[in-house]
Amino acid sequence: MIRKRIIMAGLVLAAGIGTAGRAEEPDADTIVRKANAASYYAGKDGRAKVTMELSDGRTREFTILRRNADAGQDQMFYVYFTAPSDVRRMAYLVHKHPGGDDDRWLFLPALNLVKRIAPGDKRTSFVGSDFLYEDVSGRGLEEDAHALIETTETQYVIRNTPLDPDAVAFASYTVWIDKETFLPRKAEYVDRNGTLYRRVTADRIESVQGYPTVMVSTAEDLAAGTKTVNTFSEVAYDIGLSDRIFTERFLRRPPREVTR
Amino acid sequence: MRIAALLACLVVLLAAPPGRAAAWTETLRDAAGPLHGFVEVREGLRTQSDPLEDGATLNELRLQVDRLWYHDLYTAQFKADLVYDDLAADRGEVDLETGDGWFDLRQAYIQASPLSWMDVKLGRQVLTWGTGDLLFINDLFPKDWQSFFLGRDDEYLKAPSDALLVSLFPEWASIDMAYTPRFDADRFISGERISYWGGQALAGQDAIVDPLRPDDWFSDGELAVRLYRPLGAHEAAVYAYRGFWKSPGGTDPASGRAVFPELGVFGASIRGPFAGGIASLEAGYYDSADDRDGDDPFCNNSEARLLAGYEREAMRNVTIGFQYSLERIMEHEAYLRALADAGLPADGARDADRHTVTARMTWLLLNQALVLNCFARYSPSDNDAYIKPAVTYTISDRWQVSAGGNVFLGEAPYTFLGQFENNSNVHASLRCSY
Repeated sequence: MIRKRIIMAGLVLAAGIGTAGRAEEPDADTIVRKANAASYYAGKDGRAKVTMELSDGRTREFTILRRNADAGQDQMFYVYFTAPSDVRRMAYLVHKHPGGDDDRWLFLPALNLVKRIAPGDKRTSFVGSDFLYEDVSGRGLEEDAHALIETTETQYVIRNTPLDPDAVAFASYTVWIDKETFLPRKAEYVDRNGTLYRRVTADRIESVQGYPTVMVSTAEDLAAGTKTVNTFSEVAYDIGLSDRIFTERFLRRPPREVTR
Repeated sequence: MRIAALLACLVVLLAAPPGRAAAWTETLRDAAGPLHGFVEVREGLRTQSDPLEDGATLNELRLQVDRLWYHDLYTAQFKADLVYDDLAADRGEVDLETGDGWFDLRQAYIQASPLSWMDVKLGRQVLTWGTGDLLFINDLFPKDWQSFFLGRDDEYLKAPSDALLVSLFPEWASIDMAYTPRFDADRFISGERISYWGGQALAGQDAIVDPLRPDDWFSDGELAVRLYRPLGAHEAAVYAYRGFWKSPGGTDPASGRAVFPELGVFGASIRGPFAGGIASLEAGYYDSADDRDGDDPFCNNSEARLLAGYEREAMRNVTIGFQYSLERIMEHEAYLRALADAGLPADGARDADRHTVTARMTWLLLNQALVLNCFARYSPSDNDAYIKPAVTYTISDRWQVSAGGNVFLGEAPYTFLGQFENNSNVHASLRCSY
């Protein structure tokens, strides 16, 4: 059994770690669990710089830190924006509680204000891009039914159907997951009319510290004709982030981990 | 004078290890981030005439320069505005305290962590805490109400403090202590640009408030303390403040000039998830030390203040928020008696309780490039209201346009918001960031 590895890039696209080489095919629930574990829980912690390019020419640049709870599925994210000017020095903190509402805070530097953000629809745009909050922090596995609809030479193809169809815009989405790395390479969302309206792809994957890592990913809103390209750089894992960083103290005073 | 003192502080700190000035200059250069800021033109007009003020409310060109220094040992920021304010009475004279003149120093501080559980921030800085949305109880840091009501960018609501902020982070709580060695007042409504109720009649440029400021170093200082910690998913805090009423809170009977009486505030707040949104509760007791009996007609009475808020997402991209606030004058009967004894008109007197409700809606459109925002507050006891609509459109990373208004409504000219009725205005801006 090859050890699973995850990716920081999974932060912005469910990326995965790979277990492979098993004699028998895993079932759908096992695949999505491994893909999720790999995508969002790689290492103990991680850091990446992200450049987002929106199709209207606007950009977003930020550094993202992630740390897993010592036990359980909870995680903490810290996002520090460096450009453009309307978001520069803003910081965004999430305490993610899978299965419940996340706790979220936003720091507005000009007012030195720490604002608590009301729990919201996780399928809204992340900072105006075509990526959604849910792409950033992961979608609860228990929110969908998962079916393995095809196994190719290199990929598992999983169809995910929401258990509460009224809560989301899609009728289902299909994810192509690498057998080798367990990284999702493509996700396609169809609406109730069966029309494909959204696509997220992992466009370039590199190995970082032995972890297969998504370095470029794209989210497309096919209905609106817009897309956002994310480029990751300076990715690092297991950098020894203290959980103290994920507090109001460091919202107001960004840590060196993001200002370097 | 102030700027010299601040710069001296920065220089002394940066040059602390003697004989290593050159090395420090080098690290300062290495630590310097890129220069940022913006150029902005902003125009505003009264929507009705005011016999006491100009027709225009804003006509200004602003250049902001902003630089940060990030180093392993410290963080520093310098942010200042160069302003051509066509409506200013005196553009030449720079007053860093009031923000008047062509130069407004917004931030100039150095911050360091001498211990793993301690942060220190010294210099000109913006300080904010508490849970309110444009209603403040335990945030006794200076506000710029003039900029806010004229329609400058939201960041100008907070005026800077010249302070030493020491923050301690023991395991059981976090503690902030902000010491301002010389009182930093609000940039309050003075009549210069916005007319106000002068006690007997509306007043404006004919009667610009010229207060007696507590301005002795150290003896006229302010201390604000906050102790906070999470309680489960909630955040709890207690606060204390020792200083002065931030906007004039009384009159010197001899000279007739406005004064800032002594003030102590004790309060607490809690904020956290509730019914699918975020709820908050904040309370504070304003101890007006110079008029505890409430029988001085020339000094604010003590007050108890309460604020409850709730915010949630109403639908995708739309957030709504509501607040209720109560301001209760302690010793209200003594207050009324004192007014009568002083021969002051009773119809301008405040009620014992001022109730206020607020509502806010924020709507994000066009991939969040277009933001529609409206804040409204209404007081059923004062029968007055304030509405602040705003539209911001981000054209590109560089260009942003905005438009908005400040609408004051009131039955009587002497209530908190009603006095500003002649100042209702609309404004627009164009900003280029770099």
